[in-house]
Amino acid sequence: MTQQTAPAVVEMTGISVEFPPVRALDGVDFRLRPGEIHALMGENGAGKSTLIKALTGIHSPTAGTILVDGVERRFTGPADARAHGVSTVYQEVNLCENLTVAENIMLGAEPRLLGGLHWPAMRRQAASHLERMGLSIDPSSSLGSHSLAVQQLVAICRATVSDCKVLILDEPTSSLDTDEVAHLFTVMRALRDDGVAILFVSHFLDQIYEVSDRMTVLRNGALVGEYATADLPAAELVQHMIGRSMEVLEAAEEVVEHAERPAAATPLLQVVGLGRKGSVQPFDLDLYEGEVVGLAGLLGSGRTELARLLTGADRADVGQTRVSGQTTRLRTPRAAMGHGIAYTSEDRKGEGVVDGLTVRENIVLALQARRGWMRPLPRKQVDELVASYIQQLGIRPADPEALLRNLSGGNQQKVLLARWLATAPQLLVLDEPTRGIDVGAKAEIQKLVADLAAEGMSVVFISAELEEVLRISHRIAVMRDRRKVAEIDGGRATMDQVVDLIAGGGTA
Amino acid sequence: MTTSAPARASRALKIPTRLDRRYLPVLGTFVVLALMLILGGSRYENFLSPAVVSNLFINNAHLIVLAVGMTFVILTGGIDLSVGSVLALSTVVTATLLQAGLPPAVVIPLAVGAGTVIGLAHGVMVHYFQVQPFVATLAGMFFARGLCFVIAPESIAIDNASFVGLASWVQIFGGWRMSSGVLIALVVVGAGFLVLHFTRFGRTVYAIGGGEQSALLMGLPVARTKVLAYVVSGTCAGLGGLLFAMYSRSGYSLTGVAMELDAIAAVVIGGTLLTGGTGFVLGSVLGVLVLGLIQTIITFEGTLSSWWTKIVIGVLLLIFVVLQRALSLRKT
Amino acid sequence: MTKLLRHHLFWPVAALVVLLVANTVARPSFLAITVRDGHLFGAPIDILRTTAPLLLVALGMTLVIATRGIDLSVGAVVAVSGAVALSHLASSPNPDSPVTVLTAVGLALALCLVLGVWNGFLVSVLGIQPIIATLILMTAGRGVAMLITGGMITTVNSGPFKTLGSGFWLGLPVAAVIAFGVFAVVAFVVRRTALGMLLEATGINPAASRLSGVRSKTLTWTVYTASGLFAGLAGLLISADTMAADANNAGLFIELDAILAVVIGGTALSGGKFNLSGTLVGALVIATLERTVTVLGISPLVTPLFMALVVIVVTLLQSPRMRERLASATRRPTPPSEPQPAARPDSTEVKAR
Repeated sequence: MTQQTAPAVVEMTGISVEFPPVRALDGVDFRLRPGEIHALMGENGAGKSTLIKALTGIHSPTAGTILVDGVERRFTGPADARAHGVSTVYQEVNLCENLTVAENIMLGAEPRLLGGLHWPAMRRQAASHLERMGLSIDPSSSLGSHSLAVQQLVAICRATVSDCKVLILDEPTSSLDTDEVAHLFTVMRALRDDGVAILFVSHFLDQIYEVSDRMTVLRNGALVGEYATADLPAAELVQHMIGRSMEVLEAAEEVVEHAERPAAATPLLQVVGLGRKGSVQPFDLDLYEGEVVGLAGLLGSGRTELARLLTGADRADVGQTRVSGQTTRLRTPRAAMGHGIAYTSEDRKGEGVVDGLTVRENIVLALQARRGWMRPLPRKQVDELVASYIQQLGIRPADPEALLRNLSGGNQQKVLLARWLATAPQLLVLDEPTRGIDVGAKAEIQKLVADLAAEGMSVVFISAELEEVLRISHRIAVMRDRRKVAEIDGGRATMDQVVDLIAGGGTA
Repeated sequence: MTTSAPARASRALKIPTRLDRRYLPVLGTFVVLALMLILGGSRYENFLSPAVVSNLFINNAHLIVLAVGMTFVILTGGIDLSVGSVLALSTVVTATLLQAGLPPAVVIPLAVGAGTVIGLAHGVMVHYFQVQPFVATLAGMFFARGLCFVIAPESIAIDNASFVGLASWVQIFGGWRMSSGVLIALVVVGAGFLVLHFTRFGRTVYAIGGGEQSALLMGLPVARTKVLAYVVSGTCAGLGGLLFAMYSRSGYSLTGVAMELDAIAAVVIGGTLLTGGTGFVLGSVLGVLVLGLIQTIITFEGTLSSWWTKIVIGVLLLIFVVLQRALSLRKT
Repeated sequence: MTKLLRHHLFWPVAALVVLLVANTVARPSFLAITVRDGHLFGAPIDILRTTAPLLLVALGMTLVIATRGIDLSVGAVVAVSGAVALSHLASSPNPDSPVTVLTAVGLALALCLVLGVWNGFLVSVLGIQPIIATLILMTAGRGVAMLITGGMITTVNSGPFKTLGSGFWLGLPVAAVIAFGVFAVVAFVVRRTALGMLLEATGINPAASRLSGVRSKTLTWTVYTASGLFAGLAGLLISADTMAADANNAGLFIELDAILAVVIGGTALSGGKFNLSGTLVGALVIATLERTVTVLGISPLVTPLFMALVVIVVTLLQSPRMRERLASATRRPTPPSEPQPAARPDSTEVKAR
C-alpha cells in the first residue's frame, strides 16, 4: 500500500514472447513501484517465469518496451540486469555451496589488497551486510553448512550488496518451513521499507496475502489484471488464476457419467496413513475400478508428492498400502508395475521421455522392462502394438522410427500414455498429462481418460486446471499445504466449493 | 562478535554449530601420513632421518608440481590425462635444445611453454568445443607422446654445464638437503596456494567446481577461468618435465608413462573430490608424500616386492573414495 | 548422397578405406592374401589377428559407455588374466594337457569376472563415479598381476594354449575367430533381445528408465561384469600370442585404444545410443593405423601422434558446436509443414539454473 503514487521503477508494456508456435506471453503490461512487494500470480504455464526472464534478459521479447527507472532497456542477461540494479534470487539457490558465506556475498565486488583478495575486509563487509538482514552467521563458514533458508537469505543478501533497486524473488519459499518463511518476510519488509521494489512469486496463497501489497495475475500468457491485495479475496484470486467464470464452467458438459459404484466393492488400491517426511502428510485414499479420482490443489500443495507415494516413485516412510485387499509395499516403480500400477510424471522431459530413442522404443519401454531383457517382444507384435497406439492416439508424425526429441510436447505426452497403456495397467496415475499441450490434444487425452475408466481402469488424474479435474473426475481429493484436506463427490462438486477448499476457506 | 549484535529474528532460525567438512579429507590424509611416518620410524632405523625425508622431496619434486596443476583442473570438475606425456615432451625438448647448443635461459622457457600451449589447446577444446575433458586431454596425451618420438626417440643425456650446475645445486643444513628442484616445487606449491585462495581466478576455479551454472549466474568469468585451469595444468606439466630433466640429467621420450595416474591418485588421496569444488593444493602435496612414503617403506622393508606399492595405492584410493562418498551421502 | 554422408558408419569407414588405400599405394601387394600350409597369410589377415584383443575390450567398453560409464581398468584386467593363466600353466607338471589349459583359461576368466563384478558393485551399488571407481582397479590391478607372477615375466610352453594366440582354424587365425565370434554373438544378443534398448534408455535418461521399471542398477552391474570378462578373454589372447605374462606391459594403454575405437565408431562418451558395428570399424581403424605406420616406414613410436590427430578430428567433428556449424552450413531450411522439435518455454529454463 505504500507509495502508490510513486513512479514505477519497472514499467513493462505490451510484452510478447514467442517460442514458435507457442506464444508464451501476449501483450502483457506490468508495473513495479519502489517500496512495494508485488506478487506475480498464475498457474503453471501462465507466463510468470517468462515475464521475469524477459525482464532480466534471458528471453528477448518479440514486442513491447521495458523501462527501468524511466530508461528503455533490453538487458543482455542476469549479469547485465544486476549491473543496472535488477537482481534475481531463484527457487534453487544459485550460489556455490563449497565457497564461504563471505565469498558468496562478496565475489564480484570483493575488496582487494595488493591485487589479491582482502579476506579480513571481505569477511567484515559480508558480516555487516548479513547483520543488516538480521543474520548472525559466521561469514567464513561454508555456505553448504547452512540450511536452505539461510542460503536463500544469503542469496538475497548478495543481491542487495550492489545497488539494488529491484529484487526478484522467484519462489524463494517453496522449501522453507514456517519460521524460516517468517524470517524471510521480515527481511523482505525491511528491504521494502528501504525503498526496494520486490517482485515475489509463490504458490502459497496465505503467504501472498501475508506479505504482498499488490498483485498481478497472469493466465495463459495474458494479463488478467492488477489488484491491491487487500481488495481481492482469495476465492476470487483463484478464479482469476484458473480462469472461466462460474457460468461458463457450470454450463460445461460433463464428460464423465456418474454411475454409482457397488457399495461393497473392495478398493483396487487402498492406502492408510501413507506419508513421507518433508513431502506429504499422512493421508488415506481408496481407489476403485472404473473410477477417475481427480487431485485438485495448487502447485506445491503436495498433489505430485501424493502420486509419487502411490506409485513407488518415492518411498513412503509411514502408512500401509493394500492392493486388492492384500497388504504390500511399493518400494520401487517396478514393484508398483508388478501390481498393475502405472505412473506418468509431471516432469515429462526429466522423468518421462527418453528423447534419444524412437517412438517405437519409447512405447514398448515399460512393457519390455517388465518382461526383462531376455524375452524381447516379437518384432511383429511390437509393430502392431505401436501402429495401433499411433493410430488410436493420433500420434504425429505417425512414424514409429521418429526420434522422440523431434515430437511436439503433446505428441510426446501421447507416446508416454501409450507406453503405460501398453502395460495394460489396472491403475493409471497421470500427473499433469495435459500441461503445455494444445487444446485439441488436451481434449483427446480427456476423452481417452474417460473411455479408459468406462472400460474399468482406475485413473488418478492430476491437473493444475481445476475445470479439467471437475469435468472428468468421479471423485476429487483436494490438497493444500502438503495435506489432503478434503474428498468430495465429483458429480456434485461445484467450482466454488473446490476453490474455497483450495484457498483454505471451506471446511474439510 | 555476534553475541551482542541485535539479532532481530535469528532466534527463529536454526543456525547449526559450525563443523567444517572441508578440512576432513585433508585431515584424513594427514593422519595417514603421520601413521606411516610413525610406523616407519618404529620399524626401521634411520627412517625418520633428515636424509630419508629430504630424499622423499627430492625424488618427488616433479610429481608435486604435476599434482598442483592437476588440482586446478580437478577443482573445476575436469581431468588432465596428458600430464605424464607433456612431462616427457618437456624433458625431450630440454635435452634436444641443450644438445643443439642453445643456452638454458632460452631452453627453459621453451620447454615450459610447450606445456602451456598444450594446456591452452585442452582448455579451448573443453570449453569452446565442449569436448569432454577426458577425451580432449587423452588426445593431448597421445599428441605429446607422439611428438616426443618425432623429436628424439632415443634418450639424450644432458651435459650443458650451466644446466647441470643449476640441476646439482644443493643446499645442505644439518643433514637436510634442499635441491633446486625441491625449491622450485615448493615455490610452485606456494604460488598455487596463493592463487587459489587469494585471487578471484582461484575462487572462480572453486565456484565452477561447485556449480558452473551458479558461477555463471553470479557473474564470474567462467570461460576464461576454465581455459586458464588447463593452461595452469599444462604449464605445471612442462615445469615438471624441466624438474625431471634436472633430476635425471636426460631427456627421454618414454619417461612419465602412466605418471598422470600417480598425479590423479595423489590429488584424490589428498582429499580433492573428482567431482570438483572441494580440495586443497596442500592436500595434494600430502597425497604425493603418502605415495612417496609407500615407496620408501617398501624399499626399507626389503622383503616386500615393488608391486605392493600399486596394490597399497589402490587400497588407499578405495578407502578415500568410499569415505568421501559416505561423507557426501550423509550431507544430502 | 546426403543420406550416405549422414550414415553413422560413413566417417569411420571412410577413414578405414583411406588407410587401406594409402597402404596399397605404398606397397601394392598390401591387400594380397596367400595360402601357406593351408593357412591364410597377408597383411589383412594380420590386421584381423592384431585387432582381436582390442575388439574384445572395445566391445565391453561400448556397453559400459552406453550406460554413461567408463571402464579404465580393462588394461589391468588384461594383465591379471594373462598372469593367472600362464602362472597356472607354469606351475602345472603338464602344461600341454588340454585339461590344464582349460583350467588355466577357466581360472583366468573367473577371476576377471570377479574383477568386473567388483567394478560394477562400486558403480551401481555404492554410486561412485565410474571413472574413479575403475581407476582404483586400474592402479591396483597391475600390482595384483605382478603379485601373481611374482614380478617376473612368466614364460611357458604349452601347445594348446599357444594355439589361442597364434594358431589357425579353417585357415583363419584362432584369435580373430574367437574375438569376432564373441563380438558377433554379443552384437546378436544385444540387438535381438531388448538388452540394447534398455541399456540405451538407462544411458539417456536414468530417471525415466527407473520410472518405467527398467532395472538400471542390475544392467549397469552387468555391463561392468561383461567388460571385465571380455578384457580377461583379451588378456588370454595377448598372453597366448607372446606366451609370456608381462604384468607391466600386457594390455598397456589398451583402455585408451578401446575408448578411442568406441569414439571413432560414433558412440558418444556421454552415453545412450551406441553402435557396435561402429566400434568394430573403430578397432579395425586403430589396428590398420598401427600397421600403416610401419608400412609407410615411419617409426611405430610415432603412432600416438596419428592417433591424436584422429581423436582430435573425430571429436571436433562430433562436438555440439562443430555440428551446429556444419548443420547450418549444409542443411537447407526445412519446410514448416513437418512437425518441428517442441520449442516450449521450459526448454530454455536450463539457462537460468
